[in-house]
Amino acid sequence: MFLIISLRERTRSGSASATKRDQHHVIFFLIIISRDLVTLSTSCHQPFAAMMQEGLDDGPDFLSEEDRGPRAMNVDLEMDATLQVDISDALSERDKVKFTVHTKSTLPNFKQNEFSVVRQHEEFIWLHDSFIENEDYAGYIIPPAPPRPDFDASREKLQKLGEGEGSMTKEEFTKMKQELEAEYLAIFKKTVAMHEVFLCRVAAHPVLRKDLNFHVFLEYNQDLSVRGKNKKEKLEDFFKNVVKSADGVLVAGVKDVDDFFEHEKTFLLEYHNRVKDASAKCDRMIRSHKNAADDMNRIASSLYTLGTQDSMDLCKFFLKVSELFDKTRKVEARVAADEDLKLADLLKYYLRESQAAKDLLYRRSRALVDYENANKGLDKARAKNRDVLQAETSQQLCCHKFEKISESAKQELIDFKTRRVAAFRKNLVELAELELKHAKGNLQLLQSCVGVLNSNT
Amino acid sequence: MTDTAREPPPLHTDFHEVEDGEDLFPESPAAQQPQPASLPALDISTNSNGPKQDSLMDDDPEDLFAGATEEVSLDSPERDVLLSDGPSPAITPITPPTSVIAPRIGHAHDDMFTHSSFDEIEEEEGGDSFDVHISVSDPEKVGDGMNAYMAYKVSTKTSLSVFKQRDFSVKRRFSDFLGLHSKLASKYLHIGYIVPPAPEKSIVGMTKVKVGKEDQSSNEFVEKRRSALERYLMRTVKHPILLKDPDVLQFLENSELPRAVNTQALSSAGILRMVNKAADAVNKMTIKMNESDAWFEEKQQHFENLDVQLRKLHASVESLVCHRKELSVNTAQFAKSAAMLGNSEDHTALSRALSQLAEVEEKIDQLHQDQANADFYLFSELLGDYVRLITAVKGVFDHRIKTWQKWQDSQVLLLKKREAEAKLQFTNKPDKLQQAKDEIKELEGKVQQGERDFEQISKIIRKEVGRFEKERVKDFKTIIVKYLESLVQTQQQLIKYWEAFLPEAKAIS
Repeated sequence: MFLIISLRERTRSGSASATKRDQHHVIFFLIIISRDLVTLSTSCHQPFAAMMQEGLDDGPDFLSEEDRGPRAMNVDLEMDATLQVDISDALSERDKVKFTVHTKSTLPNFKQNEFSVVRQHEEFIWLHDSFIENEDYAGYIIPPAPPRPDFDASREKLQKLGEGEGSMTKEEFTKMKQELEAEYLAIFKKTVAMHEVFLCRVAAHPVLRKDLNFHVFLEYNQDLSVRGKNKKEKLEDFFKNVVKSADGVLVAGVKDVDDFFEHEKTFLLEYHNRVKDASAKCDRMIRSHKNAADDMNRIASSLYTLGTQDSMDLCKFFLKVSELFDKTRKVEARVAADEDLKLADLLKYYLRESQAAKDLLYRRSRALVDYENANKGLDKARAKNRDVLQAETSQQLCCHKFEKISESAKQELIDFKTRRVAAFRKNLVELAELELKHAKGNLQLLQSCVGVLNSNT
Repeated sequence: MTDTAREPPPLHTDFHEVEDGEDLFPESPAAQQPQPASLPALDISTNSNGPKQDSLMDDDPEDLFAGATEEVSLDSPERDVLLSDGPSPAITPITPPTSVIAPRIGHAHDDMFTHSSFDEIEEEEGGDSFDVHISVSDPEKVGDGMNAYMAYKVSTKTSLSVFKQRDFSVKRRFSDFLGLHSKLASKYLHIGYIVPPAPEKSIVGMTKVKVGKEDQSSNEFVEKRRSALERYLMRTVKHPILLKDPDVLQFLENSELPRAVNTQALSSAGILRMVNKAADAVNKMTIKMNESDAWFEEKQQHFENLDVQLRKLHASVESLVCHRKELSVNTAQFAKSAAMLGNSEDHTALSRALSQLAEVEEKIDQLHQDQANADFYLFSELLGDYVRLITAVKGVFDHRIKTWQKWQDSQVLLLKKREAEAKLQFTNKPDKLQQAKDEIKELEGKVQQGERDFEQISKIIRKEVGRFEKERVKDFKTIIVKYLESLVQTQQQLIKYWEAFLPEAKAIS
């Protein structure tokens, strides 16, 4: 289904200058096509669903994308009830984004088979945190929380553009406005995709999908009145993190008997760091690329002005070259955007996932340490012949917990690897294909322009 | 200044019409415009040399020579060398692509040499292929410490007869180039010839080189300078008058050149220059010329606009160069990071693919680096050169205004003297009267000279601007097309790299 949403973005403005600033507000028309309804196979192969497949189109017009009806790929071998979640729609307001979460399910515990609710970013975070804090889920890789939608940079640029309107030519202004709109749109699409991925992963997970909070999240159509953490809570969180990392260091020192986990631990540690590095460098590379494309934009405008002013011999020449630069610039911008999508986002996502996997290992090690301590406690109690029963029960508890975690963790980590390999494969192949497509397009543009210029002189 | 139509004639008509044209030569240089029939002859001979030489024969060949004989001190021995030469040689293989093929006039050429007027020397140059190719190469550091300097090898390959040899080279240092330029400027700028400006001094850059830092930035600086010097010399010799200037010839040919100390920034000459520049700037503001010729006004406006636009474009291109270099650096870093990631990945196929990705990115970073260099050396330097050239052009226009001012001043003075003389008529001072009459005669001569100078400079500027614009059009077209071709190559390489990578990515299982 196709939904047309208009987002109205008002630049931040005081009431005094509201009327003047209103002239600068930009209206975006967003056509969001309903996403593929995600499958329920245990390995969610598509963290980045097809919405951004083609990269950026010219301007916010997505009717050209192929019709994505619900893919009937919910071949679920394990359960008979289906649960499909997607974000069908999104609205960007001044400083928040409202996502419309759409669910289709035949599970008995939902009142209807199909329903939608509106959620904000904080509510996603609340859901994620509730998973983290739930002891029962200690043995699973909790899907990483989506990052906060961050339009600040884009908004600033838009504002600067509005202020600088007088100083540039009309064509430059319209061009830059289009660029900014496209950028805004790209960020918007990305944040929608990431929120959706989170929900899909939860829905795909055999245990997490049954979580009560998740169902409430999906169904409760009033505001969850989840407030963001206040200062005190943020401080608590901070301390908790400090304690956790200190503990993590202690716990990491504990040698694991199980080879599999030992290997995974070393692997994940190194991998996480490397992915972090690669992600940062990739971002820098893409930013340079975007800067170069911006320069080409300015060159194109200058050439155009030259072309309109100069002597007859050169003016056609300049105009042609200006046109070429304009087109080339669009291609370069697309290249940067596609790299961003396929490579940078991939790395960022796996940065977060590998962190979640590390957290899982940490929890397991923690449980192991607890188990060992309980064992020691039991021995001590037996030696002293005091509180033996208590020690026994606690030891049993720890043992049980540890084994449960170990078992599920193993499966989770194997799944993680499979998912990772598949995601990398898909994205690298798509990256290469897109790069080729753009390079060929660029080449054709350049060759035809050179041909025209050579035949004219 | 009639622009007769010139279509490249078939081969046989060439010789025929040149025969006709020969009759012209016995005429004195100051003779009137030759009959239209002959103009095609001149044009044709130069036509076959392509557009560049057309400008020589463009409007008033005679005037050009008249001006030249005033300024260029061509000593007769040189001319004799010229005249005794055989027919123009065939095209040498080193002909740069923008220069032209030798004319089809061939042996008919000989007859032209027997004439002594200057125009056929021009003709001969036109008749020759413009075959001067100068390259500046092999920068080497001479000396040590703060007295060190870079010596550049200036190699000339030519078949023009104005040079003593065909292929020769000399060693020059940067101040030699500056010295050449200041000599040319003092000789020609005030008459209206557009003298190409020399590359700029850079104290910081040079100091680094002197101090001996053998790093990337000082290498780049030397390369930048070398390239700029080469372009400067090529532009200078492309100017038909400057090419024959003895200073230029001396610069290119003599193995030893007197040291040009006046080019040092802190010398007395340097300070004098700065003072003069300031005075000029003030003068420019105060002189208000009533322009009788719309052509000049229009051209001046045109150059002003061009200046603004080129500067803007130049700034954008410089920014592009900077960002592309940045991109190259960042891509290299990413490549390393991806390689490390590939190493730590335990799935073998993915690991291999990531390593391949790292390799591809590394090759791409080199590609970006090369492209940034092309951006710079082709596009950015072209724009920078023209920004400076336009400053020279504006200077030439300013000189015209100064000439006009001088003329007006002497006219005003003459008027005053005449009034004074009229007054003296009534007093009884015969010697003073005589003195006044003498002064008036002198001033009248000056006024006439002033007017002639003004006419002269106006004419020369018209021609120069025509030539300059032709050069500019050609330069821009060729260099920008070359630049675009470099972009084409980059894309082709990119395609190759990604095509190599794709199967690797697909091979991940």
